[in-house]
Amino acid sequence: MSDRRLLSLGLLGLAVLFVAGLFVGAGKLSLAQVAGGGIDAETLRLLFVSRIPRTAAALLAGASLAVAGLLMQMLSSNRFVEPSTVGTSEAAGLGMVVVTMLFPGAPVFAKMLVASGFALAGTCVFVALIRRLRLKSGLLVPLVGLILAGIIQAMAHFLAYRADLLQSLGAWSSGDFSMVLRGRYELLWIGLVLCALALLAADRFTLAGLGRDVSVNLGLAYEKVVALGLVIVSLIAAVTVATIGTIPFVGLVVPNLVTTAMGDNGRRVIPFVAIAGAGLVLGCDLLGRSLRSPYEIPVGVIMGVAGAAIFLALIARGRPAHG
Amino acid sequence: MIEAAALTKFYGETRVVDRASLTLTTPGVTAIIGPNGAGKSTLLSMIARLLPIDEGRAFVDGLDVTRTKGADLARRISVLRQENGLLARLTVRDLIGFGRFPHSRGRLTAADHAKIDEALAFLELGPLAGRYLDELSGGQRQRAFVAMVLAQDTRAILLDEPLNNLDIRHAVSMMRLVRRAADELGKVVVVVLHDINFASAFADRVVAMRDGRIVADGPVEAVVTEAVIEAVFGLPVMVREIEGQRSCLFRR
Amino acid sequence: MAEIAGDRLPAAASRNEMRRPARSPRRTLALLALLALFCSALFMTLGAHGNWSFVLPFRAPKLAAMIVVGHAIALSTVVFQTLSGNRILTPSIMGFDTLYALIQTLIVFLAGTTFLAVSDPRLIFAAETVVMILFALGLYGSLLKGGARDLFRLLLVGVILGVLFRSLAGFLQRLIDPNAFVVLQDRLYASFNSIDTELLAIAFVAIGIVTLIFWRLLPLLDVLALGRDIATSLGVDPDRLTRVSLGLVAVLVSVSTALVGPVTFFGLLVASLAVALVGSRRHAETLAAASLIAVICLVGGQTILERVLGFDTALGIVIEFFGGVVFLAIVMRRGLT
Repeated sequence: MSDRRLLSLGLLGLAVLFVAGLFVGAGKLSLAQVAGGGIDAETLRLLFVSRIPRTAAALLAGASLAVAGLLMQMLSSNRFVEPSTVGTSEAAGLGMVVVTMLFPGAPVFAKMLVASGFALAGTCVFVALIRRLRLKSGLLVPLVGLILAGIIQAMAHFLAYRADLLQSLGAWSSGDFSMVLRGRYELLWIGLVLCALALLAADRFTLAGLGRDVSVNLGLAYEKVVALGLVIVSLIAAVTVATIGTIPFVGLVVPNLVTTAMGDNGRRVIPFVAIAGAGLVLGCDLLGRSLRSPYEIPVGVIMGVAGAAIFLALIARGRPAHG
Repeated sequence: MIEAAALTKFYGETRVVDRASLTLTTPGVTAIIGPNGAGKSTLLSMIARLLPIDEGRAFVDGLDVTRTKGADLARRISVLRQENGLLARLTVRDLIGFGRFPHSRGRLTAADHAKIDEALAFLELGPLAGRYLDELSGGQRQRAFVAMVLAQDTRAILLDEPLNNLDIRHAVSMMRLVRRAADELGKVVVVVLHDINFASAFADRVVAMRDGRIVADGPVEAVVTEAVIEAVFGLPVMVREIEGQRSCLFRR
Repeated sequence: MAEIAGDRLPAAASRNEMRRPARSPRRTLALLALLALFCSALFMTLGAHGNWSFVLPFRAPKLAAMIVVGHAIALSTVVFQTLSGNRILTPSIMGFDTLYALIQTLIVFLAGTTFLAVSDPRLIFAAETVVMILFALGLYGSLLKGGARDLFRLLLVGVILGVLFRSLAGFLQRLIDPNAFVVLQDRLYASFNSIDTELLAIAFVAIGIVTLIFWRLLPLLDVLALGRDIATSLGVDPDRLTRVSLGLVAVLVSVSTALVGPVTFFGLLVASLAVALVGSRRHAETLAAASLIAVICLVGGQTILERVLGFDTALGIVIEFFGGVVFLAIVMRRGLT
C-alpha cells in the first residue's frame, strides 16, 4: 500500500475514533439522538464545552508526545528513550511546582513557559550525562534517563510536599483528560505547531540520528539541530504536563512500532507517528471512560500498564538499541 | 585540493598528532598507515572538521576548514568514520539520498536522483535499494555508506578504516571500489588502513605515521620498504615483490 | 558487555581493598553500633519535654518498625547482590517492592473489600507473603538464572518491571469501587509517614527466623560470592542456594513493604555504604554493617527531619533522592570505563 493511501486510512481511523470520543462518557449523548434531531441546548453545550475539547485534547497530546519521543530517540541515537523516561516530563513537573510556589497566581501560559525552561534544563542534563558515557551500551542510556527522572521526581515531590502541592503534582505527573473543558486545553495546540516544525526539519533530525560524524560530513549544523530538537521536545513535554499531565510511554511505544514497520526516515514517519500517537491516546482514553463507567480510569494509568508491558517486550525482543 | 599545515592535536599533555603536514592535489589513492595510537584517524578527523584543530591549519580548495560553512565544505570533501548508522532503519536508497543533502538541503531534484542511481550502480547496490540498513550484512552496510559518500559527489573523500569488520573478500572488493573511484571518477581518496599489504596493493601513495608524526610519505616503492616499516611499526619484517605486488611479511 | 558482567563481586572487593588499607572491621562495626544506639536514643527523647508516659508508647513502635525495616532491607539487599553476583542489583531496583504492593492490591481486588475489613491483617499478610514467595521464585528465579550476564538489560528490565507493577496496582485500584477504596488506602499506601504498626509483632518473628536461617547460610553465600562455577566445584549447589535465598528475600521484602511501602533505592544506598566502610570479604561483616547503617539512616534521618528541621514526614522522599544520586553515580562510573 502506498504511503498516501496508508495516511488517508490512518486519518479515517482517527475520524472514527473522534466521533466515538464524542459519544462516550458520563453525560447522556447518543448517535441516535443526533440523527433524530433531538439535540437540545444542554446537549450542545455538553458537546462543545466538554466532549469536543476533551477528544481534541487527547488527539493533540497523543500526537505531540509521540513525535517528541521520536525526536528524542533520533537525537540520542537510542530507541529506548522518551520525555517521561529521561527526566524531561519530570523536570517540567518540577518547574510547575516551583513556579506555583513562587507565583501562585501566574497565568497557565506563563507557568508553562517556566516549566519548559525546567524541562529543557533537565533534558540537557540527560544529554550531558549520556555524552560522558564512553560505553555506548544501548541499554545504559535509558537506564541513566530513568534514574535521572526518578531523582528529579523526588525533588519535585519534596518541594510539593513542603508547599502542600502534592495533589497538583499528582495531576501534573499522571495524564488525565477528565478535567478538560473548553478554555483549559488550548495550550495543547502548540504541540501541533511543534509537530509541524519537526516535520519541516525532519531531514535534519534524521541526519542527526545517523550520528555527529555523518551529520557534520554532510554539512549539517549538528549542535544547532540537536538544540532545536531539545527545545521542541521540552516545549511539548511542558505543554502536556501543564494541561493534562504527562502520559508515560506514548513517545516510546509509538515511534518504536511505527519505525519498525516504516523505517527511520523522519520525513516519511513523522505523520504516521503523530497519527498513531493520537489514535493510541484517544483509544486509551475511550477505554478508560468505558471500562468502569460511570467512573473513569485516567489515561496515564492505562498507558502506564500498556506502555511498560510493550517496553518490556521491546527489550526482550532484543532489537539492537542502535545499529 | 587538500592542504594540511603542521596540524597538531593534544589530548591532555600529549600530542596525539604532532605538526603533521600533508598536501594532496591529484586524483589517486593515498593510504595512511601506522600502529595503533599513531594519530591516523585524528589527523583525518581534523582535516574533515570532525575534531577541532589545536594548532596548524587545514584547507580544502583553499577554504580554511575551521572557518568555512559546513555546507560549503560538504560539497568539496566527504568523510566516513568507522562507526556509522546509530539509527539504522533507513533504506539504502534513503541513506544514499542523504548524501545529496549538501546540494539539495533535503529537497531532491531529478539530478539528485540520477546521482543516487549512479552511486547505487557503482556499488552494485541496486537490488538492495529498498532494504533497511539493519537487514544488511556488515559488508553491505559499509558499501551503502560508501555509496552515500559517493553520492555526496565531492572530489575529496576521506575513509577512516573502511576495512574494519570486513572479511578478506569484502575487504578486497572494498579496496577495488576505492581504486575505481580514483581511476574512473577522478576522486582524491585518503584511506586510513591497518594492513600494510592493502596499502601497498591498492594505494598510489603511502603516508606512514608514528607517535603523531608523519615519518614517511611517498609512492609505495619508497615507503613500503623493510627499513621504513621496521621504523614505523617497531617490528622486523621482510618486504618481497610477488608478481609485481609488494608484500610485507613478519618474521617468525 | 562481557567485561561488565565479569566485574563480579570478588573483583569489586579486591579493588576496594586495594584502594584503602584494611581497617579493622570490628572497630567500624562497634562505632556503627554506637551511632545507631545514639540515634535511637535521640529519636526517643528529643523534644519529649518530660511527657514520657505519652511519648514513649507512641515512639517505641515507630522506632521498632524502623529497625525492623532497616534490617530487612539491608539483609535482603546484601543477599540479593550475592545471588546476582553484582553490586548494583537490589531487590527494590528489580521491582520486588512494587510486586508486593501489586499483590496487596490484587488480593484486595480478588477477595473484595468486605472480606478484608473483617479478616485479621496478620492472616492477610501471611497470604500475601506466600504469594510473594511464589511470584519471586517464578519471575526472578528465571531472570537470575546463570547470574547477571547482561547487567544493563537486567537492570532495565527490573526498573521497567517496577513501573509495570506500580501501574498495574494503580490500575486495579481504579477498578475497585472508589468508596470502598478509600477505606483501604492506608493499608495500600504504607509509608514512613504512616507506618503500619499492626503487623509489628509478626514482622519481628518473621525477620527473626529469616535472619537465623541466613546466619546458617552465610558460609555458603561466601562461597557463592566466588562465582557459580567455583561454588559448584566446592560442593555448593548454586541453584538450590539461590532458590532458598530468593524465597527468604521475598519474605524480607514483604515485611518491609507491608510496614513502609516500596522504597526503591534505600537498599542500594546502605549496601554501597557498607561495602565502602568494611569491604566485602565476609558476609557477616557486610551484613551487620549494612543493617546498622540502615538503622542509622532511617532513625537518624527521621530524627533530624522531624525534630530538628521540622520537615515532619519527608524521609521517604529524601531517601529516594540520595539513593537515586548514588545509583546514578554507580551506573555512570560503570559506563565510563
